Amino acid sequence: MTAIAVQPLKSQFKPLRLVRHSLELTKRSLIKTWRTPEALIDVTVQPALFLVIFVYIFGGAIAGGTHEYLQFLMPGILAQTVAMGAISIGVNLNNDLEKGIFDRFRSLPIARSAPLIGAVLGDVVRYVIVTISTFAFAYLMGFRIHASPLHAIAGCLLAVLFGVCLSWALVFVGMLVRTSGAVQGIGFLVIMPLTFASNVFVGTFTLPGWMQGFVKVNPLTHLVQSMRGLFLGTPVGNHVWWTLGWCAAFVIVFMPLALAAYRKKV
Amino acid sequence: MTDVMVEAEGLVKRFGETRALQGVDLAVPRGTVHGVLGPNGAGKTTAVRILSTLLRPDAGQARIAGFDVVRDAEKVRSRIGLTGQYASVDEDLTGRQNLVLFGTLLDLRKSAAKHRAKELLEWFDLTEAADRPAKTYSGGMRRRLDLAASLVGRPDVIFLDEPTTGLDPSKREDMWQVVRTLVRDGSTVLLTTQYLEEAEALADEITVIDHGRVIANDTPEQLKRIVGGQTLEVRPADPADLEKTGLILASVATNQKPAEMTRKGVLAVPVSGDEALTESVARLATAGIVVTELSMHLPSLDEVFFTLTGRKDTEGNHK
Ligand SMILES: Nc1ncnc2c1ncn2[C@@H]1O[C@H](COP(=O)(O)OP(=O)(O)OP(=O)(O)O)[C@@H](O)[C@H]1O
Ligand SMILES: [Mg+2]
Repeated sequence: MTAIAVQPLKSQFKPLRLVRHSLELTKRSLIKTWRTPEALIDVTVQPALFLVIFVYIFGGAIAGGTHEYLQFLMPGILAQTVAMGAISIGVNLNNDLEKGIFDRFRSLPIARSAPLIGAVLGDVVRYVIVTISTFAFAYLMGFRIHASPLHAIAGCLLAVLFGVCLSWALVFVGMLVRTSGAVQGIGFLVIMPLTFASNVFVGTFTLPGWMQGFVKVNPLTHLVQSMRGLFLGTPVGNHVWWTLGWCAAFVIVFMPLALAAYRKKV
Repeated sequence: MTDVMVEAEGLVKRFGETRALQGVDLAVPRGTVHGVLGPNGAGKTTAVRILSTLLRPDAGQARIAGFDVVRDAEKVRSRIGLTGQYASVDEDLTGRQNLVLFGTLLDLRKSAAKHRAKELLEWFDLTEAADRPAKTYSGGMRRRLDLAASLVGRPDVIFLDEPTTGLDPSKREDMWQVVRTLVRDGSTVLLTTQYLEEAEALADEITVIDHGRVIANDTPEQLKRIVGGQTLEVRPADPADLEKTGLILASVATNQKPAEMTRKGVLAVPVSGDEALTESVARLATAGIVVTELSMHLPSLDEVFFTLTGRKDTEGNHK
């Protein structure tokens, strides 16, 4: 080995280090996504499948026409897709924890939270990809934007942000339970009812009264309503604020819980 | 600054009913190699994980370079390099990407991290495979990458958990050479092993543990003396020479013990030093005896344990 050289070090300012380490680990996630694109298949195929099934099978019955129903359903499916996408980060992290690489991270003088933050940020690209693929597929089926492109992009960004924030809840689940199968199971049990007891598939007013109460606070309802407004040019009301509020709540509640659970796992 | 780089007192760790460590003491002076020798399940990995801050001890304390592994974990982490028993690199990243990642996580500038990665890849003979994902590496390559990964930050204290298990003899020899270089450059190394031979080849001091307890702590020389030293084995080319060979071997043996036939046509005697080998070679040559096999063996771990504990087998599953 060569003689011990003076190693140029970067700033040791703590918050800066956390940001820098998290970004380095984000890069790691991106390389992994790039190397294993097949991991994206399920999340990209599923929304296409749902669009076809619901539009062509139920469209006539629910909305009286497939084209009208597609306009209504597309934002809902997008919301469902990002919510489902959050499950896979919980599953992946649960798997990763078993692997030696997390031992290596824990033996380095970096913040414990950096690997988790890196994984969550790395997932942004997954949400962007599923958003684009869902959009493209819906477009082929005849979905059209009726608002300015800027509004539409804002709608998509809102969906991505929602996915990233919600993923902290599933990271928490991933830290709590023992097997990745259990993470998948719990994720489905939570996300499925959330998407059906919402305005994803049908208008809120068609639901039984007792359920409407839940639907009205359901974070997915607000996300879907925001996107409908932003894509179709209808009024958004304060649904965007509600959605942002939910996003903040997910992070404020579940990020500390996930980090604490991760620390305890050691 | 302290000169005891690794210091542990009364480490205790339980996993449910299993008592993995039941009061382990260790002390490793700066610039030395310390061998922790023990069979499967002895508690070696548990001890290494506590010393490298991955596990909290239930009782007892440990300091690395004077920093407490629980209270000053972050400071400890900046002084140590860990090569665990199982590979701990990212399988999807290439060898180079792994090393650069660890360099940047250690706050090296990008250029310094790249330079360090290149240097380590060269040193560990991985330059050719540097840009392939680590999951395509052979077991030996992975082991080397793993060791390289723990050296990125030029740690003062290096933990190696069974670094040569699963390596072929020539790769094992290379790994030993690496350890010697590290120590020569000023690092302190704590390594675990199941082979007395390895501990003997590298360590300045050996701690033998079994069932989570220290059962011996000595220099290799002392330890060998306790467990009865080495065995010298000779196979004369002509079986007619067996008797004469036996007499020569007895003359160099510890306490002039008579030779025993351990395998067909092979005679063995216990000896207490390497001089016995040269001595016997000279006498065999004078007597005009041609040999086809001549070797020295250290006692196996089984024999060491038998001698130290008086029990034949500690868990029924060690090699
Ligand atoms: N996470 C754990 N949960 C439960 N038991 C454990 C855990 N880790 C270790 N043990 C137990 O503690 C004991 C010591 O294990 P350890 O891994 O430290 O042994 P070792 O000396 O490293 O063995 P080997 O040579 O097989 O690597 C064993 O009986 C093992 O089964
Ligand atoms: Mg072990």
